[in-house]
Amino acid sequence: MSEGRVVGIDLGTTNSLVAYMQGDAPVVIPGVDGSNLVPSVVALDPMQEGGRPTVTVGNSARRSLIETPERVVYSVKRLMGRGLSEVQRELSFFPFHLASDVQEGEVPRIQLGEMRFTPPEISAYVLRQLKRNAERFFGEPVTQAVITVPAYFNDAQRQATKDAGRMAGLEVLRLVNEPTAAALAYGLDRAKTGTIAVYDLGGGTFDISILKLNDGIFEVQSTNGDTHLGGDDIDNLLLAIALDEIHAEHGIDLRQHPSAVQAIRKAAIDAKIRLSADQSAQFDIELPNGDRYQREIPRDVYEQLIEPILERTAGPCKQAMTDAGITQEQIDEVVLVGGSTRIPAVRALVDSLFHLSARGKKPHTDLNPDEVVALGAAVQASILAGSSQTTEELLLLDVTPLSLGIEALGGVVARIILRNSTIPASATEHFTTGVDGQTNVAIHVVQGERELAADCRSLARFDLKGIPPMSAGLPRIEVKFLIDADGILHVSAREQRSGKAAEIEVKPTYGLTDEQVETMILDSFDHAEEDFAKRLLIEARNEAESILAKVAQARSNPAWSHLTGEEQSAIDAARDHLASVNAGEDTNSIREATLALDRTTQHLAELMMDAAVTSAIRGKTMEAAGEELADNVTAPHPMAPAEFK
Amino acid sequence: MLNVLDSAVPVSCWSCSVSHQSSTLFCPHCSKIQPPSGGNFFSVFGLEPRLELDLGMLEHQFHKLSRKLHPDRYARATDSEREWSLADTALLNDAYRTLKDPIRRTEYLLKLSGAEIGEEHAGKTAGAGRTDPSRVPVDLLEEVFELNMQLEEMRAARQAGENDPHLQQSLTAAKTKFDGLMDDVDSDLREQWTAWDSGDTGIRANAQKTMVALLDRRRYLANLVRDVTETLGA
Repeated sequence: MSEGRVVGIDLGTTNSLVAYMQGDAPVVIPGVDGSNLVPSVVALDPMQEGGRPTVTVGNSARRSLIETPERVVYSVKRLMGRGLSEVQRELSFFPFHLASDVQEGEVPRIQLGEMRFTPPEISAYVLRQLKRNAERFFGEPVTQAVITVPAYFNDAQRQATKDAGRMAGLEVLRLVNEPTAAALAYGLDRAKTGTIAVYDLGGGTFDISILKLNDGIFEVQSTNGDTHLGGDDIDNLLLAIALDEIHAEHGIDLRQHPSAVQAIRKAAIDAKIRLSADQSAQFDIELPNGDRYQREIPRDVYEQLIEPILERTAGPCKQAMTDAGITQEQIDEVVLVGGSTRIPAVRALVDSLFHLSARGKKPHTDLNPDEVVALGAAVQASILAGSSQTTEELLLLDVTPLSLGIEALGGVVARIILRNSTIPASATEHFTTGVDGQTNVAIHVVQGERELAADCRSLARFDLKGIPPMSAGLPRIEVKFLIDADGILHVSAREQRSGKAAEIEVKPTYGLTDEQVETMILDSFDHAEEDFAKRLLIEARNEAESILAKVAQARSNPAWSHLTGEEQSAIDAARDHLASVNAGEDTNSIREATLALDRTTQHLAELMMDAAVTSAIRGKTMEAAGEELADNVTAPHPMAPAEFK
Repeated sequence: MLNVLDSAVPVSCWSCSVSHQSSTLFCPHCSKIQPPSGGNFFSVFGLEPRLELDLGMLEHQFHKLSRKLHPDRYARATDSEREWSLADTALLNDAYRTLKDPIRRTEYLLKLSGAEIGEEHAGKTAGAGRTDPSRVPVDLLEEVFELNMQLEEMRAARQAGENDPHLQQSLTAAKTKFDGLMDDVDSDLREQWTAWDSGDTGIRANAQKTMVALLDRRRYLANLVRDVTETLGA
């Protein structure tokens, strides 16, 4: 029995977070840079002479988006657990590409500079960063985690997420559905009862879940969604419009210029965010030929443009209510989750879908929509660890989002576990042979709601082998399908007449084999998993060097002269102290001295920030803007400006 | 993905060695979870097979047992305990899902009593089985024949992009009628529940036969209603 900490991780399309239960409240663990959000961006730095390429994650990886877009991956969650044909269309919107020799049936690999990575490997880098942030925060190893996934993720997408955890050196104790996690973060109070709907519109996915709360039990009644619907779609829409207009008006096809596309994408995201607060937003972009593309987007035009996207959330909401057997009026509370729920048009749609203002109600938005899922994951982590009295009486009963079926005669689907069944759930089916002496039977398992297997998502093909040769129809093979608490399928079989457990060969339609995952464990690639103390020392030194360099730079900033002589000498003293302990081997002294220097320079940093803000002018070159956003550590999107309240 | 579940039944607790009944979920002595005993959907709730159930009580029991059995409670337990918790919770969830629905509950109990029940899954008999003429209830023969003609016409009209308000009206009327017939079947079923629950072996056998026929008729009606709804909504 392991007694280490269990952390909760929100592995998001745009940003990822790690949180834990501090006493009786969940809190987010910040990174080295003080930011709660780690952008889900992974970059491969150019190879040093004779060395290996280094992988960077988060804010530092974002810097590369404009400089070397072909070496950066983001929104990889959209590619998790999907096959070649499915990701090809999706990738047309992104600057990165698949490796040229990927075959249908393989897990697609993304070409990054001179290396290739599967989506779970990319996610593993993000997870490892979060793991390290947590280890740095606790000062001890973290090996167990709860990771959230969109409720509407299918089996392959869930398995890919678990694989990513394993590659990052994390034992994934549970996959929790994001909307359910959000409900947990809101419903810590055991006295809460009633029916709540969680509307979760993030960067790349949409989920709706309806839950019944009763004496600490969170029982999901139904869930629905779209794993390819979110803020990214709005960005892509605005981006496509701008690119078309630039092509038409200026005769330049920017689609051929990845870094220009990234610059326009950034402008589109800026405009989207501004339009949540303002009545209009402007595009003002310098084109490679020196022309300017200028355009104003009034809020009403914007809302008309995005209406078809937002409207796609209505169907799943209605279906979820039908499946739960309730009407809008029976929903007591609505919780909004995901950055895209800041859009006023989204709130208006939610209001009308659930008749909120008509009933004198408002949706819950008191927890930061970017953090609430991670906070809920931390609550679930605490439930699993059994480490907190607050969570002792809480229990989450979740459901499977999609029906499980097997392909029957004529390609028709026989459903064996219906959607919205509480998990774990199981079903037992019997199979026999069609030909005398037949010794194996093939079973095709699919997930989805359509009548024909060809229209559903293929999960796996099972080959039942070693059936004793008998007359046709005589063997009776009992196959048990079990969906576990992570929403992942397990299959076991036994031949009842011989009593033998049948041998099953599984061919997952999409996904990595155990052996493949094993070879992708990050530390084996990194080939240098130093012992933990050594790693902490290296990390502490890196932090120290980074702040020392910043302070050296800041001394030549005009803001330095605005400090009092006292402040200046205090900074110098703290700097000298850090420089001296950094030469030693004591991790804690280095860290303390780093924090001390950080505190002493706070006023200086504020002065510099103010100066930067006042001097900021619109229409600067994209390179300058790129630098600026790369330095901006709290941004909620790889390309977006700082979080707004 | 592959996991062979073994359900061997020990006679004494694996943890404290005190012997117990093989059908228990937890050791009465040390409260540790026990290997799955292969109980049925009623026994997992500690119930005798019955058709009239107090659903409030069932939900209460479901929550109470979930709190003790759920894999969340065994995240850091031994591999065996985790496996048993998974198997038992799946059984509990399957049981609750089946027993809280009156039709699924009836089908389950009848199967448990050895009755042959038609396929209960939507889709399993899709295609050819939908309106299998050999199973048309005799009293509905004429109407079903008429209805199928109308459904064909409606689909043809839809394909040609036409709309026939008269046909639509008559299909809607048919749907209302079949909905009503389903309600009749449901109340007939309820009468048989009481008979089965309180009756002796002979009465039970009769009730069982009647219920099997009623369920067949209901399944047939449900398929018709679905076909009409789909065609109208297409």
